Amino acid sequence: MFFWIIRRDLLLAMRRRADVLTTLFFFIIVVSLFPLGVGPEMNMLRTMAPGVVWVAALLAAMLSLGRMFASDHLDGTLEQMLLSPQSLPLLVLGKALAHWLVTGVPLVLMAPVLGIQYDLPVDALLVLTISLLLGTPVLSLIGAIGAALTLGLRGGGVLVSLLVLPLYIPVLIFGAGAVEASAAGLGAGAHMSLLGAFLLASLVLAPWTTAISLRISME
Amino acid sequence: MLQGCNLECVRGDRRLFRDVNFSLEAGGLMQVQGPNGSGKTSLLRMLCGLAAPAHGEILWNGAEIRSLGGDYYAVMTYLGHLGGVKDDLTAIENLRISSALGGIEIDENKAHEALQHMGLGGRELLPAKVLSQGQRRRVTLARLLVCGTVLWILDEPLTALDTAAVKLVQGLMERHLEHGGMIVMTTHQEIEITAIATQRLQLA
Repeated sequence: MFFWIIRRDLLLAMRRRADVLTTLFFFIIVVSLFPLGVGPEMNMLRTMAPGVVWVAALLAAMLSLGRMFASDHLDGTLEQMLLSPQSLPLLVLGKALAHWLVTGVPLVLMAPVLGIQYDLPVDALLVLTISLLLGTPVLSLIGAIGAALTLGLRGGGVLVSLLVLPLYIPVLIFGAGAVEASAAGLGAGAHMSLLGAFLLASLVLAPWTTAISLRISME
Repeated sequence: MLQGCNLECVRGDRRLFRDVNFSLEAGGLMQVQGPNGSGKTSLLRMLCGLAAPAHGEILWNGAEIRSLGGDYYAVMTYLGHLGGVKDDLTAIENLRISSALGGIEIDENKAHEALQHMGLGGRELLPAKVLSQGQRRRVTLARLLVCGTVLWILDEPLTALDTAAVKLVQGLMERHLEHGGMIVMTTHQEIEITAIATQRLQLA
């Protein structure tokens, strides 16, 4: 069932490519505009790069959160999910994973290319990509909680940002910090371990919390 | 056996109904009736476990449905106002995914057969967005052919259907009741379904 949900969401994303591309283009545009706006000062760009890429990834992830459950809510599929004999947290995990595959993975793949604009050395690009690889699933998982809580509310978009942002901040700090630490010669190990810990904690807790939020929102 | 004891529904500061009692045995059909806004859909949503009653309890074979959770969902099929049909998926994909969600995985052939039976032969591979309202309804109702559950909770299953489809659904329900199934439904249309026990629940 878990795979059914992932397959279905990927199929839907394939049929509605515009939605997926919006997120990716947003990310590319934001990251590409910074060097143009700030000027070609190499040292400054190198120090800014991890922060800019991470903030852009975070905003791009947030941009797509509203869509996570909204269409299922509108056409009644969500009701069927809540009434499924399958465990709801597992279904939610499937949806979050599909969301990550559709919005997170393209960002991770694009990040090294965009990093070149900032004159990042190869090892820094590698650290940046790995930190995004560990961090973006956390954004999808935590975002699912916010999306579920604000389901069907007017102005849900603003509310979801307010709810989710505080939880995103640690991921941002340690994600961007990993690149800086490795550039400073301290090694990114500690930051990566913390990102990994966030990922594991949200893998266990977020689907379960999202499932409860969905039940509350649908009553 | 499905039982409702002293059910009460409150929406905002309005009480829609109170002291609703019923008991539905195998082979029984319950038609919920009442004017618009009398709480029919709210009652059905309670019966399937989506909403909690303000007061009272709903029992399935003597156990509270909310405590049964997945065990209850495995024997129950709910078709609401919203059909759960995705615009971008074809009829066959819609049927296969919704029945997989209901716990029964069916292969392409079985889905094909069910859609054929619902009069959608030749349209299985069209995306649902080009289907008419009645055809979408048929896709939703095709789930009843494959779900294999005992209790059907149907909210206005006949809206947008033509007379031929109404006959089809009627036959489907009668067969289900003959085999010891149970149906709770709302409808504004006059429909004669023969069942060993038919009861009407009138909401104010």
